This record gives sequence, structure tokens and C-alpha cells, in this order.
Amino acid sequence: MDLLQLIAVILDSTIRLSIPLICAAMAGLWSERAGVVDIGLEGKMLIAAFASAVAAFVTGSAWVGLGAGILAALALSLVHGFAAITWRGNQIVSGVAVNMLAVGLTIIFGNAWYGQGGRTPSLEGPARFGEITLPFARWAREHVPGLGLIYDEVVSGHAAPAYIALLCVFITAFTLKRTRFGLRIRAVGENPAAVDTAGISVAGLRYGAVGICGLLCGIGGTYLAVAQSAGFLPHMTAGRGFIALAAVIFANWRPWPALGAGLLFGLLDAVAIRLQGVTLPGIGLVPVEAIQALPYLMTVVLLAGFIGKATPPRASGLPYVKER
Amino acid sequence: MSAVPVDLPRWADVALVPLVSVIAALFVAGLVVVGIGENPLEATALLLRGALGSAEGMGFTLYYATNFIFAGLAVAVAFHAGLFNIGGEGQATVAGIAMAIACLAFSALPGFLAAPFAILAAAAGGAAYAFIPGWLQARRGSHVVITTIMLNFVAATLIVYLLREIIGKPGSMQPETPNFPAQAVLTPMHQWLAPFGIDLPSTPLNTAFLLALMALVAVWLLIWRTRLGYAIRTVGANPRAAAYAGISPATVTMIAMAISGALAGGLAVNEALGVQHRLVLDFTAGYGFVGIAVALMGRGHPVGVGLAAMLFGVLYQGGAELSFDKPAITRDMVVVIGGVLVLFAGALDGLFRRLVASVLHSGREAA
Repeated sequence: MDLLQLIAVILDSTIRLSIPLICAAMAGLWSERAGVVDIGLEGKMLIAAFASAVAAFVTGSAWVGLGAGILAALALSLVHGFAAITWRGNQIVSGVAVNMLAVGLTIIFGNAWYGQGGRTPSLEGPARFGEITLPFARWAREHVPGLGLIYDEVVSGHAAPAYIALLCVFITAFTLKRTRFGLRIRAVGENPAAVDTAGISVAGLRYGAVGICGLLCGIGGTYLAVAQSAGFLPHMTAGRGFIALAAVIFANWRPWPALGAGLLFGLLDAVAIRLQGVTLPGIGLVPVEAIQALPYLMTVVLLAGFIGKATPPRASGLPYVKER
Repeated sequence: MSAVPVDLPRWADVALVPLVSVIAALFVAGLVVVGIGENPLEATALLLRGALGSAEGMGFTLYYATNFIFAGLAVAVAFHAGLFNIGGEGQATVAGIAMAIACLAFSALPGFLAAPFAILAAAAGGAAYAFIPGWLQARRGSHVVITTIMLNFVAATLIVYLLREIIGKPGSMQPETPNFPAQAVLTPMHQWLAPFGIDLPSTPLNTAFLLALMALVAVWLLIWRTRLGYAIRTVGANPRAAAYAGISPATVTMIAMAISGALAGGLAVNEALGVQHRLVLDFTAGYGFVGIAVALMGRGHPVGVGLAAMLFGVLYQGGAELSFDKPAITRDMVVVIGGVLVLFAGALDGLFRRLVASVLHSGREAA
């Protein structure tokens, strides 16, 4: 395999591995920009993965699966919102609860319904999102040297939720930066009292943001179970929600850098998989674990202020108390 | 709903509110059982019989409770300093690694030194790994919640690497260390109690349980009877007031995190030194997270933590027995109950306090 082909293959799997991270990172971004800290991204993606796999299996339609995944993640979002916004509970505690609930419920119901230790039956045909070949992909591969191959291998050939996810990045960036709603979301995360004084509902905006967060986690979870894999496995999110959280911090709570961080962490994952069991001259057997731990380590180092500075929204994590 | 804190009599605050949230959580769990088409009352009966109906069941229950006591105390101590340590899993993992290295490198130590040395190594490993986020928060301002989450994953990859490449059992495909020297491992309770004429069936319950009970007392003494405990509580209540009173919140943050991590190391002591007699992958098995539920339910007080740990011990052991009879109800039910409890006793505390208060007040008006 020549070098270009190798790069194309690695970039292709980078995109595949980044899509759940990008979805969850956008989700976390919405929630945190509105001042609601969400460490429950992992749980919401997990329950979405489960619900989408079940719905897709039962109805035979991947799109129904996507709907079910979004609804399930939305339900957990509402639980988080109810505790964190309406009852001003501790947002971290609520996020932990969401994660635990998702892990337990998916295995219990999966096991009760299908009796395979929590797995769902494997999805086939239209129950799974197939790969979409973009126009001219085959033609470009043959006729445009270099770029054509990259276009066919990397840009084309992903499942529908992947393109939806990338579209969501664009929408998120545009909405947060250019629209009135986005401005208000950002304001409610920085200075909710000012928003309140302007006569806009703080709780309403925060519920809106938490809802969007659920929607995006739903897309990410569905991609995992119905596009990337052919069914649900217990614990299948495997920390991706937390890597997404790291991506949000890494990106300093901004959408385009969050996309970049998501792709970077996806690339690390793709390289780690590629290097599994490979012996390199001078290094020996590559310690794949070191690459896998990198996103987490980089986040710790970043948070410590050794490289750049992380500045979260000012009111993030603080319940808004009106009477003062 | 108002921002004014709900006024509750002390007994209601420490006993009634947690009790109500436990009952509500068990009710939700009952709904889940109904949802998968089983009878919750029958399930409860099977669960209680499995956990408490025999000496063997009791032994297993107390063995699981040991883990929950350590995990709960770890979270509770950090809570008192106003810190949320979700890194129990990672700290216990590193504690296990430190203990395994200590056991295997100093295998020639005589019996009376070997076990205490291993326990100290575990405590030191956990403390060191919790000190990092403590230091980062105190000196660099990074939030302890995020750093402990990230360090959990770092520890999880670290143990995979070490068990495969460095401290793994030679020639074994399993990710595990060789067995610890026999003089280092802890005595099972049934052997320990046999000379006293107490005859118990063989269970994993070991002397780490006594260590857990001592830890409960020690934490009580530490938090409510020492100068350091006073400093910890003051920083937790109001860091600025603490600084004004001459207490350094930064120092207290680091010390509280280190103590918290050392307590999380108890998990490794009970599991690896007490039962498995070697270090295996994933020995923490989610206990660290359930510890959050234990601490919240126990209101951070050792008595409460002890009771909550017992409850989870019963659920864990009873759940295992239950899943033999009812394969649909797996032990993951405990995670669901834990999650609901974290939600009810932690995040929705305000709701439950208000509920209890309104019931109490209406009772008073009626009287």
C-alpha cells in the first residue's frame, strides 16, 4: 500500500471514530455555554445507542432508530435539566446519576428483552445506516490524482448521521455566534442575572440548551450503534463522552476548535488502532495505551495551565437563583 | 419553590430525608422490575433472603459492604472539604498497582510486616494519585471533578499496560499479576474467627472488613474531633472564612484529597489482598462510582456511610442470588438503584427536603 493510500485509510477511520466525539462535544458545548455543566454526555450517548439499536431492530428502519435514540437521550437530558435547572441541584452529581442510570438500564433492559447479556441483535440491511457515496467519488478516484482518492476514501462513503453531525457543527457555530438565540444562550452562561433583567427566562434558555444537548448526544449514540456497529453492546460508548468533554475544554468552549479537537482525538484513536501490535524500529512494540491515554493527559495538562489557558463560561455549574 | 433553604428539624434532616429518598429509589427500581415483566415483591423477597437469609449470604454481604465503606468514605471525606472526588476508581486502581509492586518486590518480608506494608503501599498509592488533582486544584486552579475523571481513564490504561508488559504473570494470557506471597494476604474471617469458637462458612469476607470498620471510626474522629477535621469542614463550608481564620484552603484541599485517595485504596486491599490474592484487571468494578451514592445517602457521616454501605452490600449480594432465580434481573440493577439514589439523595435533595418539610408542616398544622 502506498503512502497516500495509507494516509487516506487512516483519515477515513479518523472521521469514523471522531463522529461520536464531535456530536458529544457539540452537545456539551451547548449545555456548558448555557451554564449547565454536563458530565452525563457519556450516559446520554449510551442510552441513545441502546434505544436506536432496539428501535432499528424492531422496525427495520435505521431512521426510526435515529428518532428513538434522540428521544432517549432527550429524556435523560430532561432528568438532568429538572435536577440542575428546576431544583438547582449539583450539576456534577446529576451528571453522575445520568451516567449510572444509562449503564444500568441499558444492560437490564437489553438482557431482559434479548437475553444476550445486554447486547441487541445485529442489524442488517435498511436497519443500519449504509455508506453514502458522494457524487463523482468513483469518477474522481480514477481521474483526479491524489485529491480524488482522498475525496473518495475520506470525504465520501460515510453513513448519513456522520454528515448530519458535521452539519450540526456548522449550525452550532452559526447559531451561537450569529443569531439572537445563540447570543442569549451565551449570555445565560456568562451572566444569567443580566438575561433575567432583560426579561428573558433563564430556565427556558437553559432547558433549550440542555434539550439541544440531548438531541446531539442522540445522534452520536445512534451513529455508534446503528452506523459504526451493527447493534448495541454494553458499555459501548467506552469513555467517548468524557473524551468529548475533554475536547470541549481543549477547544475553550468554541465550536470550530471543538471540531478540531474531536478530529485530533479521533486521529489518535485511529493511529492507536493502526499501531496495535506493530513493532517500530527504535521504540519496539508500540505502547498503544500511551496513545489512548493522551487525550486525557493532554486535558489535565491543559487545565493545569501549562499549555494555554482554559476559560469556562463564567456562570457554568452555578444554579441561577433569582431572589437576591 | 424558593431559594430560601428549607427548615427541617435535625432528626428529619439526618434520617428522614435520606430514608425517603431511599424508599423512592427502591420504588423506581421496582418500576424497572415491573417493566421487564417480573414481580417486584417476589424479587425483593428473593433478594433479602439471598443477602441476609444465611450465614454465607451475610458473609458475602459484609464483604461487598467493605468495598462500599471504603468507596463511600473516600467520597465523604472529600465532600467535607467541599471537593467532589469522582476519581475513586482511578485511585483504587493505582493503589492496587502500588500494592502489587510492594508485595512482589518485597516478597521476603516476614508475615507480621508483609500485610501492613502492603496496606500502607495501597494507601500511599491511592493518596498520591488523589494528591495530583488536589494539587492541580489548589495550585493551578483546574477543577478537581474534570481532572479526576480524566485521571480515571489514565489509570485504566496504565493498569492494562503494566499488567501486560511489566508486572503481569509471565506466560499468562490473563491480565493479572503472579500471586502475592502467602504471608502478605489477609486472613479470611471464617479462619480468623475459628480459634474463638465461632464457626462460619467460607466466604470472601476477610479482615479488610475490620479495617473498614476502623476506617469508619477513624474518619469520624478525624472530621469531628481533630484540628485538621475542623479545618477540612471549615474549608468545605466557606473557603474565604477559612482563609480569614488562618486556615489555608489550598493545603487543606491537597490533604483532604490525599486522605480521600488513601481511603479509596481500601478497595484494592479488600479485593486484591483479601480475596483475589493477586492484582487483576477491572478489580474496581464500578465500586468507586457507587461510593458516590453511598456518601450522598449517608450524608457524609460515618454512621450513615456504614448503613448505606450495608444497604448496597445487601443489594449486591442479594442481586447476585436473585439473578440465579430470575436471570432477567441482573446485578446491574444495583447500578440503576445507585444512579437513582445519586439523583434523589444528591441532585434532587432540594425536592426531597421540600417534600418532607411540607408533609411535616401540614402535620403540625393539623395538630
